Amino acid sequence: MIYFDNSATTKPKKEVLDTFYKVAENYFGNPSSVHHLGLQAENLLSQARNQIATLLKTDEQEIIFTSGGTEGNNFIIKGVAEKYRNRGHHMITTMIEHPSVLNTCIQLENNGFDVTYLPVDETGRVRVEDVKRALRKDTILVSIMHVNNEIGSVQPIAKIGELLKNHPKTLFHVDHVQGVTKVPLDFHESNVDFASISSHKFHGLKGTGAIYIRKGLKLAPLLAGGGQERGFRSGTENLAGIVAMAKALRLGMLDYEAKIDTMMDVRDFLINELQLIEGVTMNTPKQNTSPHIINFSVQGFKAEVLVHELEQHGLYVSTTSACSSRTNEPSRTILAMGLGEERATTSIRISLSFDNTMEEAKQAVAIIKQSIKNLKPVMRG
Amino acid sequence: MIYDQILVRYGEISTKGRNRGLFVDKLRENVQYVLRDFPGIKIKANRDRMYITLNGEKLDEVCTRLKNVFGIQSFSPVVRVNKDMELIKESSLKLFQKLHAQGKTFKVQARRADKEFPYHSDEMNNLLGGHLLQNIEGLTVDVHHPDLELKVEVRKDAVYLTCEVIKGAGGLPVGSSGKAMLMLSGGIDSPVAGYMAMRRGLLLEGVHFYSPPFTSERSKQKVIDLGKKLAGVNGQFILHIVPFTEIQQLIYEKVHENYAMTIMRRMMLRITDEIRERQEGLAIVTGESLGQVASQTLDSMFTINEVTNTPIIRPLISMDKTDIIKIAEDIDTLEISNRPYEDCCTIFTPAQPKTKPKRDKANQYETHFDFEPLLQKAVNHIETIKLSSQEENQQNVFADLF
Repeated sequence: MIYFDNSATTKPKKEVLDTFYKVAENYFGNPSSVHHLGLQAENLLSQARNQIATLLKTDEQEIIFTSGGTEGNNFIIKGVAEKYRNRGHHMITTMIEHPSVLNTCIQLENNGFDVTYLPVDETGRVRVEDVKRALRKDTILVSIMHVNNEIGSVQPIAKIGELLKNHPKTLFHVDHVQGVTKVPLDFHESNVDFASISSHKFHGLKGTGAIYIRKGLKLAPLLAGGGQERGFRSGTENLAGIVAMAKALRLGMLDYEAKIDTMMDVRDFLINELQLIEGVTMNTPKQNTSPHIINFSVQGFKAEVLVHELEQHGLYVSTTSACSSRTNEPSRTILAMGLGEERATTSIRISLSFDNTMEEAKQAVAIIKQSIKNLKPVMRG
Repeated sequence: MIYDQILVRYGEISTKGRNRGLFVDKLRENVQYVLRDFPGIKIKANRDRMYITLNGEKLDEVCTRLKNVFGIQSFSPVVRVNKDMELIKESSLKLFQKLHAQGKTFKVQARRADKEFPYHSDEMNNLLGGHLLQNIEGLTVDVHHPDLELKVEVRKDAVYLTCEVIKGAGGLPVGSSGKAMLMLSGGIDSPVAGYMAMRRGLLLEGVHFYSPPFTSERSKQKVIDLGKKLAGVNGQFILHIVPFTEIQQLIYEKVHENYAMTIMRRMMLRITDEIRERQEGLAIVTGESLGQVASQTLDSMFTINEVTNTPIIRPLISMDKTDIIKIAEDIDTLEISNRPYEDCCTIFTPAQPKTKPKRDKANQYETHFDFEPLLQKAVNHIETIKLSSQEENQQNVFADLF
């Protein structure tokens, strides 16, 4: 099996599962309990927070645990809307965000908010000037992803952060779910106010994530209850998942140090080889792109059919993003890049992990070539 | 990397005539300790300045650590150049290019400590300024509010170029004033008092009174976490945890409610003084602030202080609570102190503690029971923990989970 769908989710690492099991078995106390078991659990929790904060170059107080990327994005956008609505009712985002951002914005629009959806250029990047032009006196939030989940384009977060320095009343949220461990981002240096990450995208487990909230900023909680996470996020902490996430993040960053060059070599190889196949066009831009996502379209091939054919040969990839592929929609990102309906409905996404090898890439290219050949008579017929 | 060295300017040390060598040694020791996990670093300290050679270690992280070290007035990342005017010109230009000087304003300030250097300060200002103006587009001079200020120091051994001055923590190197015990309750005040005492060069060891089951394990953890913060100043902090339950219970059995708090404080002070003697300290530091609570009225202090003639240092004595809170926020202890657990001071608080306790009455109550053996027992059963600011250096039972 060649698993090339790591942007949908990754396989949890053995060491991470070990941690999960040990914590769930041995430290099952509720961190809020006053007795020793509770204290032990609380200590574990704070150690996990400390480790994650250090790895992300933030302060412990700036990390709040959540259930994952979707909750993180909902929490931040709705939390800002609620907390700062007296400042204004305008938000800025892009047309290529993850559904957990886009649909949250649509909910807010129904709630009296005004949202500007910025277009992107033909390489899938938002233009800083567009952000500048869209800013209004009543803009309370700019929400822009770091790495696009469909084609891998990397957004100019540092430049936008720089721009927003002159707009202290406009807060800046970055969906860092696809970026973390693959494209480094220093929240403090880039003037980011909020960011979200999700454990299962870096070999942790589903159901755990975290958000970064710049020290001193407030956010209305999404979940009311016992006041865990300093009142930001109630609900008994998923301690085993959180500690497992701390380990997964550490290992992920070690992988980055050791294997980022290999990953880029594998990506470049795939891009170069796939481009040579007749009917294949690259949707992933040449520059400002993440090392793990490759998106291409095969002219005349309905993406879903090709995915199933590849699967028959043991190669697992995606049509657009896993979240949108269920609804069979064309890729929103590719549409926004202005590449047309045809490219958007025939796009295939390969997403790598640090464990993927050049050998796998070679096999994958062969499988893709063969599958296109197999299907050609049918598709063209 | 732009810079290869950090130049450290001493604070008040510079004025300490004959003791200077001792102060500088202490500071070097402390700097060495906070930077101990950067193997590449080399430290050279002379009478006027300290030079930290980075040898490829991360500048940002080294700077963050240095900011907390007492005894440093300021420091600057520097480029070290041989004493050759052409080399100085070339390096200044390189430095400016790396700092993206295009379109910015600047000034040059040369200082010639070594008077044998052939160019005097004004000549150097002109030569270097001219060289930079010629070679960097859009660069202009502004002597009043420049974006970039190039400082050039000509010293005996070499010339040092720098563009940034980072403010240090000031004060005196920890340990240069001797050793004292800090009474650490877990509240807001005591860590602030500790911090301020360390600022004046005291090496502190913490003393905490622990009374399970009346105070919880969490209140102990709280004090340990505070100790770790204090360890941030010079890398480590020793904490003595005194088992206090037995004494506390006895006091509440034998002493009238109104005087229980006063007697308890006297016992704590006696124990702390005993630990001080064993640890060879010369003073006790407390977070008392005049009139803040019943035990901190002048009458109370007069009565409590009777049990020892060891100097008691009270850095917060005349400070307002709001100012204390501000410092606690700055040194990052406020959030820990605010954790809502019972501690040795809040438990057993009588409804109406005496605000004007008398020495003779206190002495009288103390004849009601024989506390000496209990004090000895408590001191003999102290748990001593060495705390380090850096988590990874500690024994960690959870280590394999992370």
